[in-house]
Amino acid sequence: MTRLERIGAAPRRIDGGALYDWDELVQEERAHRLIYTDPAIFTHEMTHVFGATWTYLAHESEIPNDNDFITRRMGLRPLIIVRDSNGQIRALYNRCTHRGTTLCRWDKGNAKSFQCPYHGWNFLNTGKLRGVPWPDGYACDFREAKYNIAQVPRVESYRGFIFGTLNPDALPLVEHLGPITKPIDEWLDRNPGGKVVVCEANRIKYKGNWKLAYDNSCDGYHVVYSHRSLLETENRFAGDNAKGMSYYRNSPDSLPMYMRYTGHGNHFKDKRPNVEKRSGGLWAMESAHPGMEHYEEKFKQRHGERAFDLLDLAGSEPVNINVFPNFSLLGNHIQVFEPISVGETNAIWYGTMIVDANGDIGEEAVNDINALRMRTQEGFPNFGEVDDVANFEQIQRGLDALEDEWVYMHRGLGIPDRIKTHEDGSITAPATDEAFMREHFKEWKRLMKARPNLAIQREP
Amino acid sequence: MSIQAQSDPSKSSYYVSDALYRELIANFSDWQRDDRVVTDVAERDRFRMLIEREARLLDQLRYEDWIALYAPECIYWVPSTPNAGDPRREIAVMFDDRRRLEDRIYRLRTGFAWSQAPASRTVRLISNVEVFATDRDAVRMVRSNFLISEFWGDETRILTGWAGHRVMQNGDRCEIQAKQVNLIDCDQCIRNPSIFL
Repeated sequence: MTRLERIGAAPRRIDGGALYDWDELVQEERAHRLIYTDPAIFTHEMTHVFGATWTYLAHESEIPNDNDFITRRMGLRPLIIVRDSNGQIRALYNRCTHRGTTLCRWDKGNAKSFQCPYHGWNFLNTGKLRGVPWPDGYACDFREAKYNIAQVPRVESYRGFIFGTLNPDALPLVEHLGPITKPIDEWLDRNPGGKVVVCEANRIKYKGNWKLAYDNSCDGYHVVYSHRSLLETENRFAGDNAKGMSYYRNSPDSLPMYMRYTGHGNHFKDKRPNVEKRSGGLWAMESAHPGMEHYEEKFKQRHGERAFDLLDLAGSEPVNINVFPNFSLLGNHIQVFEPISVGETNAIWYGTMIVDANGDIGEEAVNDINALRMRTQEGFPNFGEVDDVANFEQIQRGLDALEDEWVYMHRGLGIPDRIKTHEDGSITAPATDEAFMREHFKEWKRLMKARPNLAIQREP
Repeated sequence: MSIQAQSDPSKSSYYVSDALYRELIANFSDWQRDDRVVTDVAERDRFRMLIEREARLLDQLRYEDWIALYAPECIYWVPSTPNAGDPRREIAVMFDDRRRLEDRIYRLRTGFAWSQAPASRTVRLISNVEVFATDRDAVRMVRSNFLISEFWGDETRILTGWAGHRVMQNGDRCEIQAKQVNLIDCDQCIRNPSIFL
């Protein structure tokens, strides 16, 4: 007869019953289902994670000119990310100080001021109240700061990537990013002038918790199973020249690729060592895309020895660079996770294109590279991500089973000499290891336990 | 590579070039003009039947029969912005040549396409079919509105939009050269975008 498994006692709530004992909920090798399913935990995350640590907001190329704006969210807070009339980047709360109405309902545009559609209060794009209709009906002094739009008090960019936090005690962004800036720099610097420009996106939503996407962001263990349809499809003509992520198929842990945890929940899966270090090495692994053969011929005729360097710019960079909690650079994408509710998440894959920053490629070649680069970028969201999010949704469904409480993340744990700690404090492990997940949950717990002094700011 | 392999658009993609992009953008700009509406009922009905047949084949998951409606060198384009910008500078929801369309069919047939295991059940309603003449006698543009009712997982959802088909009369046969699918929520997050539209 099989042994019955005793069901554990319900996790203890602390702080007057509002919260949990986080160390009980997330242990070294396993996590409780509640962290993905409990609306109270999600609400706590919306301040303690999305708010108390640096959250990715937008890329500077999305608001290139003064008065450009886009609307985004930080956790659940609706924001207007604006480059104000003085060129300063701000993250304004998209919320009228009068009755709370959102001020801007467009995804993007250019505006020196925002007028509330409800009662007509008008604000400069610095957040300052410009005027209200019939002010003689008010006894107050509208020069008081409390009538100006709330804004995220700390907005900082790292090489074009705009982050924000409500936490005055957070480290400066560059220190918070720490060693993860090295792969970010390398990701940028392979493009001319170290620059990319965002150019629309593949936008996917799934019915599952946001952490399922972040848990997956550095996961080398799922590739051959979750992406089996992709691997079979992109290799249907490949013969011996395996395409895409085929290197995962046999003994992936014996390959030179690896995962690195760099602190503050950030991690990096580096698959570049699997690629031949030569001009065209990246391009050779690229699976079939519209226009591939035409442009390859054209580049060979026009650019001679340089052709494959240029084609490599359209190839997918084989890295996953993940900044907790919502940002990932992979291939040529900037992927952003947006929590909507405890069981609903947006996963947006912003495409990037290159610019002729040094003027040594030429307009036609840059356009051709970008035409190819759009098509290579559409590949993974269409042929790979859809299967991952189907699995995320099925995890969320599986976690509805109340009594079977734990999910595991112990791959690699306890195996001697498998995980290495380096001088800079970073940790490396084979590519299929779940060490990155164990580590980012330590950061998650640190944030969930903390009592941050969150703040907003208004123009004086 | 042999000439024959080069010319087989199921195996290689020589036809997706800057010239094709330019032509595609031009062909899908300013084509729904009142002075070009085809009023002949029999002709309009012929194109309506083609679009309805396409919808039925997709509902029945008869992908090989479906793709046979398309010209060998075809384009299937789902823009990610409401006014369909330049696909050379803008990520599309989907932008497929013949080979990539066949990739999609291949993927769905592997049995490991988890986003379609089990497959969605769909019913497509096609309406408001209008046919427009072009500068070329043998080529017509067809506008149709669609509602795709899709049951997948735990919900039935509706995908809504309009399609533009560029159709070439080739002897007795009509071939779809290009299809542009304009979802009304193309710039928003879409759950499980993994069926043919």
